[in-house]
This record gives sequence, structure tokens and C-alpha cells, in this order.
Amino acid sequence: MVAHLLRLKLTLLRNGLRRSPWQLVGIAFAGLYALGVVATLVVVLVLLRRAEPELVQTAVVLGGAAAILGWGIIPVVASATDMTLDPARFTTFAIPMKQMLAGLALGGLIGIPGLATTLVALATVVSWSRGVLPAVAALVGAVLGVLTCIVLSKVVTTATASLAASRRFKDVSAIAFMVPLVLLGPIVAGVSRGISASAGFLPEFAQAMSWTPLGAPWAIAGDLEAGQPGAAALKLLISVAVLAGLTWCWKLLLERALVSPPYSGSGKRKGGKLGLFGLLPAVPAGAVMARSLTYWIRDPRYSGSLIVVPLLPVVLVFQGSQTGDFSTLALLAPLTAFILAWSISADVSYDNTAFALHLASGVRGVHDRLGRALACLAFALPVVLAFAIGHAAFAGEWASLPAQLGLSLGILLTGLGLSSVVSARYTVAVPLPGDSPFKKPPGNVGQTLAVQFAGMGILFVLVLPEAALLIAQLVTGNSLFGWLNLAVGLLLGLALLVTGVRLGGKWLDARGPELLAQVTVNR
Amino acid sequence: MDGISLDVPAGSFFGIVGPNGAGKTTTLSMATGLLRPDFGTAVVHGVDVWARPLEAKRLMGILPDGVRLFDRLTGEQLVTYAGLLRGMDKDVVASRVGELLTALDLAQDAGTLVVDYSAGMTKKIALASALIHAPRLLVLDEPFEAVDPVSAANIRSILDSYVASGGTVIVSSHVMDLVQRMCDHVAVVSAGRLLAAGTVDEVRAGASLEDRFVQLVGGRSHTEGLEWLRTF
Repeated sequence: MVAHLLRLKLTLLRNGLRRSPWQLVGIAFAGLYALGVVATLVVVLVLLRRAEPELVQTAVVLGGAAAILGWGIIPVVASATDMTLDPARFTTFAIPMKQMLAGLALGGLIGIPGLATTLVALATVVSWSRGVLPAVAALVGAVLGVLTCIVLSKVVTTATASLAASRRFKDVSAIAFMVPLVLLGPIVAGVSRGISASAGFLPEFAQAMSWTPLGAPWAIAGDLEAGQPGAAALKLLISVAVLAGLTWCWKLLLERALVSPPYSGSGKRKGGKLGLFGLLPAVPAGAVMARSLTYWIRDPRYSGSLIVVPLLPVVLVFQGSQTGDFSTLALLAPLTAFILAWSISADVSYDNTAFALHLASGVRGVHDRLGRALACLAFALPVVLAFAIGHAAFAGEWASLPAQLGLSLGILLTGLGLSSVVSARYTVAVPLPGDSPFKKPPGNVGQTLAVQFAGMGILFVLVLPEAALLIAQLVTGNSLFGWLNLAVGLLLGLALLVTGVRLGGKWLDARGPELLAQVTVNR
Repeated sequence: MDGISLDVPAGSFFGIVGPNGAGKTTTLSMATGLLRPDFGTAVVHGVDVWARPLEAKRLMGILPDGVRLFDRLTGEQLVTYAGLLRGMDKDVVASRVGELLTALDLAQDAGTLVVDYSAGMTKKIALASALIHAPRLLVLDEPFEAVDPVSAANIRSILDSYVASGGTVIVSSHVMDLVQRMCDHVAVVSAGRLLAAGTVDEVRAGASLEDRFVQLVGGRSHTEGLEWLRTF
């Protein structure tokens, strides 16, 4: 039975790959990346063989504790965890609980995170191969540690399965996950500064950690090497007890999950609230705009990119405070304009087959394009203006404000026009509606990359006038170029926006059914 | 598809039946302007769907099968959206949305996001979106799938009175009983080909539609083998 579950997992993995060669490429890249990280860690651990035992102990315990913590936390925030062996799917089969537990646990090892953790954990055996006893202890510790990782993640996913099945939780956790991701730079810098400031504190911290369930399995070998068999035995006891306790919890949770599948419902709500549909003009373009804006707020795939925007100045200001040079802050408004304008270049791909409604209703392409562009403009314009003016106030560079505004507005308007054309013609691989924004999207990765790069290249060419005027002002110092830039940015940008909406609309009218067929492939 | 030619009389309640994968959805998609055919034409009340698509789509209400909806809208918003996309007047849309939701027993859930709807409710809200502009032709792909019996009866009576007042309905289904009771015309499609078409009585030729269908399509396996299933 255990073998069956393992084979099932392998077959699922293989069949998933068989769907498209590009998926194989994706896995290969992910695998290469993981391999790089794993190889680095393994090399470090092998080199640590010659290092001071105390240093090795500190590194291994802290690293191991972080691994267990990661296995516990990541499944909660990333709702895109691997649920191929979701216990709820086995409800109808009478599988003995013991074999089910063993099968699911070993199944958790198959896959990139499981293999990577195992390899790195086994490398600690090399670090401690300073004698037979420490090496064996390291092996035992590694096995216990890896199993703790797996079982902990299973406990967490099973416990939160009914929670995670609720759409609201998925939406919120996906967006919340975005925040630490964007702030990764500042966080890493802050933590590493904190660590380097308190390097002497780390061994003590590791020592304390080694008595907790997170660190215990990784500390056994080090304690033996340091001549403390008593402590080592106690930590072995802690690890085994924790693993047994977790397994018992998992068993209880699994028994419950098998008889009560997750229920995801929400209360009934009467209508009467049309939201933006009641506010915006009741014409096709207005309706499209209302729908798009509603999606910017309610669909985590859109609101996820929206939440990045207020974090951008935080990241740039932090970077400036690190170096004392705030000149990169000048990028804030143009960069925001670019991100927001380009974000609707995959609009039809995001709609997926829901786009059929537009096609069936006979919406004119130009109304479709206009509504989507206006929806983005509705919040992008105030944000970009605020960022440009905010930068001028912050840096005290009021003289450069017209040029800033010209370039930013130029990028925003031109970008929206270009996006209107791109999304009418090409589909790209994006997460499906209802999926987490982090889930690897199905579909043609090659075309996605080509469309993205070509589109950005064309956008760069289209905003060359504004860029040239900016450079002219920087070189000559003549503020006339700045005002000229503002005028060109606005007028040329508007002209390109109108052209883009028209051309995109025309293409959409001509190729609507083909576009629907393209997104249907990825449903 | 293998060169299907179908004539649907105006004012008829037309059923298209066929086994799974017969090409029902493909045929309907090509006839309604959702999937471009390699060759051939589709004409609705004298308007060529592929030559004058916007005009033809104004005449049609379409419930496609297996496509997503804009499900982050509430039920009420989605139907309103469908109406506004067709350029309808705001007040007309508002009053029709209210009536449709009540008729389809969705008024209690009008403010719930469509993503939180059950399969049957989703089907009903999609149907409401197809009805909002009072089309002359309704093309419904599997309209009764996952719909509860009470709602299905309500939908049937809506469709019956719609046909009685001169509207045309095309439904695809693989529930023969339903088609036999509901439709006046039927076409049997299998493996991309038209096997029979005409009034229901013509096609079934005295037998029940289900028996006639099995006879036309073939592939009925006799219940030999599987003895172990009777031995316990």
C-alpha cells in the first residue's frame, strides 16, 4: 500500500509533466535553481568538517531550525502547495491508517523541496564525520529532522485544509504573502545587519534553540562531539517525542479529515448593491471599466500587483538610506507607471474563458479596450502624479518635476495603449482564475517570455522622445526641456493611447474567436 | 466536425442530442460565433453570424458550456454586466435583473459572489445573463446540468412560454427523457456527423427517443461479462 501511494505520486508527477514540454522546462529550471542552492549548502557543510565544532553546531542547528520552521509556515501562506495527495481524495478508499500515514509522509519527500531538504540534511553527516559516533548521531538526527519537517507540514496543511479551502482565506493569504516578498531586500538586510552586530550572541541562541523541538534533532551529533552524551540523549528523546507527538496529531487530524471533507461555504447575501456598476456610466465601456476595477480589488491576481505599489517607495527609500544616495528615488514614478500600465497587457489571459461573455454579447473591441485602459488609468494616474510630486517634495527638486511628470505620464499612457494592443492579440501564461498568484501557470512559457520582452522593447522605443528630452535637460540644465517633456508626454502619450485602443479594438473584432480558442487551451 | 447541416425552424424548441464528445458544443460554438469554422456558414434570422457578427449576436442569447464566468462579481453584478455590455438602458437592466433572479430563485443569493455559488446556481446565473436582452434565439448548451428539479421545472416553464410567444430555443443535452418531453424538434449528432433530424415524433418513429438514440448511435454493450459483480 505504501508503495502504491508512492507510485501514485510519481505517476501524478510524470503525467503532469507530460501535458506540455514547456512544463518540463519549468520544472527543469526550478530543479536547476534548487540544485544550485542544494549544491552550495552541501559544499559548505562538507567544508565545515574542518571547522570548529562550536561553529558547525551553531550553523547546523540554526539552519535546521529554519528548515523545520519553513516547512511549517510556507504551506499556510502559499495556498498553492502540492495537494496531489490530498487526504480528502482518499476518503472513498479504505486504506489502513498506518499505511496511509507512511505513504503520505514518504510521498512528501518526493518533489523538489523534499529531495532538497533530504540532501542537505544528509550532508550534515559529512560535517560530523569526525568519528563513528557523531556521524551515526548526525545520520539519526538528519532522518529525525527531515521527518519532522514533513510531518509538521502535513499537520499544518491537514489542520488548515478546511480553512484553506475557503476562498476568502486563499485570497487574503495570497495577498499577504506578497508583502514580505517585496520587502525581502530590506528584511534580509535588516536581519543580516542585526546578526553581524550580535555575532557573539548566535552560539548562545543556537544553544537555546537546540533544546526546542526545532533545533533538537540537529544538535545531537554536536553534543556528542563536544563530549556531552547526556545532553545528546536528552535531545534525541526530545526529537523522537516531538516526532511521535506530531505524527499522533496528524493521525487524529487525518481521521477527522477523512470523514468530514472540507466545507467551503459562505453566507447568503441579498442583492441591491451594484457597487461600481451603479456609479459608472451605463454604457458598454463603462461596464467593462466597472468590471475591471472590481477585479482589481477582488481578484488576488490583480490586487497582488496592486499591493506592490505602496511598497515600492518603501523599498527605494530604504535602499537610499543604506547608501545615503536617494537618486534612485527618481525612478519611483516612471517605474510605477510602467508596472501599472503593463499589468493590463495580459488582461484577456486573466479573464480566461470568461472572455466568452464579451464575445457572445458582441461587445465592440474598442469599448472592451477602452474600459480596461480607463479602469487602470483611474487609479494609476493619481498614484503616479502623487509619486512624482512626492519625489519632488522629498528631494526638493521642483525644477525636475515637469520632466518627471512628462516621462511618467508618457510611460503610463503609452504603456496602456501598447497593453491594449498586446492583450488583444497575444495570450500569455498566467495563473488561472481562482488560483493563487504564485501558482506556476499552465501554458506556453516561451510565448509568454517573447511577448513580454518584445512588448517592453517596443514600449522603450515609443517613449524615446520623453527619455531624450529628459537627457537633454540633464545635460543642458535648461528647464525649457522639462516643460517640453511634460507637453510631449501628455500629448504623444494620449495620441498613442487612442491609437492603441483603436488598433487593439480592431484586432479584437477581427480575432475574438481565435483569442477565445487560445485562452481555452489553458483552462 | 464532419460537415453538419442543420435547419432550425423559427419558433421551435430544438434539441441536439449526442453521446459525450459527439461535437454538440463545437457545433453550437461555431453557430453562435464563438469558434470560427473552417468552412460553412451560420445564419440567424437572415443574418450571417460570421459576416455580420455584431448584428447576429444581438439576436442571440448564448449559454456556453464549460466556460468560466466573471465569478468575482456578485450574481446581480454579473447579470447587470451582461445587460450593460449589450448597450441596454440602465433602468431596464435593473428591473429585468430583479425579475430574472426571482424567477430563477436566486434572489436570496443576489449579493453573493458567483465564485461561491454551487454548480447549479452558476448554471442559472449564466442562463440569466443569456436572457437579459430578450433575444429572439436562445442557444443553451447543457442548461440543466447540476440544476435541481424545482429550478429545472422553473426554467422549463420559462422556456416554454418563451417559445409560445415566438422565440426559438436550441438546447443540447444527453438526457433523452428531458429532450423528448420538452422539445418539438430534435437532431441526433454522433462523431461529428448528423444522424437524424426532424420533429421529435419523426425521429423517434414510435419508439422512445432513448431507444431510438441508442439504435442510431450504436455502441450499446450487452451486459455479459462482469459476472463477478453479481456474485459478491
